[in-house]
Amino acid sequence: MSSETATISSTTEAMPKGVSLWQDAWVRLRKNKLAMLGLIVLLFVMIVCILAPWILPYGYEEQNLRLGAVAPNASHWLGTDTFGRDMLTRIIYGGRVSLTVGFIATAVALLVGVTYGAIAGYFGGRVDAIMMRLVDIFYALPFMIFIILLMVVFGRNLFLLFLAIGAVEWLTMARIVRGQVQNLRQQEYIEAAISLGLGPLAIIFRHVIPNVLGPVVVYTTLTIPQVMLLEAFLSFLGLGIQPPMSSWGLLISYGVESMEEYPWLLILPGLALSITLFALNFLGDGLRDALDPKASKD
Amino acid sequence: MWRFIAIRTLQAIPVIFVVITVTFFLVRAAPGGPFDDEKAVSAQVQAALEAQYRLDLPMHEQYFAYLGDLFRGDMGPSFNYPGRSVNELIFQGLPITAELGFYAMLVAVGIGVLAGVIASLRPNTAQDYVPMSLAMVGICMPSFLLGPLLVLVFGIWLDVVPVSGWGSTPGEKVLPSITLGAMYAAYIARLSRSGMLEVLSQDYLRTARAKGLPERVVIIKHALRAGLLPVISYLGPAFAGLLSGSFVVETVFQIPGLGRFYVQAAFNRDYTMILGTTTLLATLIVVFNLLSDFLAAWLNPRLRYQFQKGGK
Repeated sequence: MSSETATISSTTEAMPKGVSLWQDAWVRLRKNKLAMLGLIVLLFVMIVCILAPWILPYGYEEQNLRLGAVAPNASHWLGTDTFGRDMLTRIIYGGRVSLTVGFIATAVALLVGVTYGAIAGYFGGRVDAIMMRLVDIFYALPFMIFIILLMVVFGRNLFLLFLAIGAVEWLTMARIVRGQVQNLRQQEYIEAAISLGLGPLAIIFRHVIPNVLGPVVVYTTLTIPQVMLLEAFLSFLGLGIQPPMSSWGLLISYGVESMEEYPWLLILPGLALSITLFALNFLGDGLRDALDPKASKD
Repeated sequence: MWRFIAIRTLQAIPVIFVVITVTFFLVRAAPGGPFDDEKAVSAQVQAALEAQYRLDLPMHEQYFAYLGDLFRGDMGPSFNYPGRSVNELIFQGLPITAELGFYAMLVAVGIGVLAGVIASLRPNTAQDYVPMSLAMVGICMPSFLLGPLLVLVFGIWLDVVPVSGWGSTPGEKVLPSITLGAMYAAYIARLSRSGMLEVLSQDYLRTARAKGLPERVVIIKHALRAGLLPVISYLGPAFAGLLSGSFVVETVFQIPGLGRFYVQAAFNRDYTMILGTTTLLATLIVVFNLLSDFLAAWLNPRLRYQFQKGGK
């Protein structure tokens, strides 16, 4: 077996250098200015959020009641809130939470959706029919209402928030993966793997899933902003992140309370959320064009 | 077509049933009862209260009794507003939410389709980029941010429209409708642009032009019907989104509609009110999904052939 692979790899070296899907996609992505801008903005936001505790001069709960709310100035670049807390610090710490929720809940959706879709698509037949029927039923459920209910009924903890949001977002992922796997299932290399005696699980995880990564990456990038919106929405209603923790949705809801006197308390966290969502959406659109040129742009 | 409608309708019924069941047991599973906040009442009063709301019965009996009541169209008394029934509260809020939803849908479809079609007629020019960039802004600007910003600019700084309330002047309805409809207008603009682009390159449109039809007729009579199919299929999900979006918009603009009742009921643990509103909203969403499926099938025969003779 190992000697075989060795011969194969030595022959490929002799051939003209091939371009893999990912290299090809990267070349196309780099030409897309909006997507690259999105990528740069996103990386910048992420780095700032990760480094927050080491680069910020103020603590995020550090109050200065005598100062109160002041407009942006030299010592507080984005001003302070009604408790005299530095807004730049609060927005960056809020971003840490918003981004974490976005990434983790998306990871939950990714894990469940890809596994579910791959199993349904691979086995086909009755298994597929039952599994996808279930997805159809879930689709018809008014999930927003259920999430609100869950948060109210079982208290507002972060873990539940990940689960609840992940539970909504896996459905589309499962559908996409299932469609892709159905096509792959017919290909010769899968038959070869079966005749070599590999079990279905080994085939699914080693040979099928790596080949559906393209659409999965695209959809993941587009899911993160949706998840962040959902988190912000729940936090705005008072059902998501709870103080003293902070997130962009929560900061916006505080901002609304005093927007007449201190408009920057609403506008600045709003800008942070919108810009990040912009970056993610542009990057997602760009990735879709780069990885799957045939997919329509809707 | 009738077969299609029948199958889809039959598929929808279990969904509503599942929603009612899950909600019922989820609410009952919540730690803390609805009367826990009240000052300590005597055991007798407590028992009387529980008997009044049937909380003393075993869980499954409560469930079947509730289903029976629901079947007769009675959603029970409200826990939080003594002496008032859930039906009464819901039918006080529903017309307001329906009106708001209707205007928001008008905003979404009107602006969305117009922007999408205009963009698709000259792709990759300013006529495409400007509306599509605006659509992107709409997608990245959630209603709970857009609403307050609109209030700040048009209600407070420019002082041209009232900032909250509902029903006393027509001006009050402008900002909430725009706020609720904006995000869906953005999605619809993107959907109709891509749908139109796909259709515009097809042969039958070249034929239509070749036989000398004016461009206006080609677009309106021939291209729109096929190009807007994705929009039609999106109307169902958009409606569901509008309903949950109304939670925020009604809170921001202090509109006494169903969405605000729902959020309040959830906070107050008003069991029957939560159950009633969830059932109603879920049914509405399922019905609108069905309607948008029917409409799409009527416009696109390929969809309904799946269900004929053995089907897919």
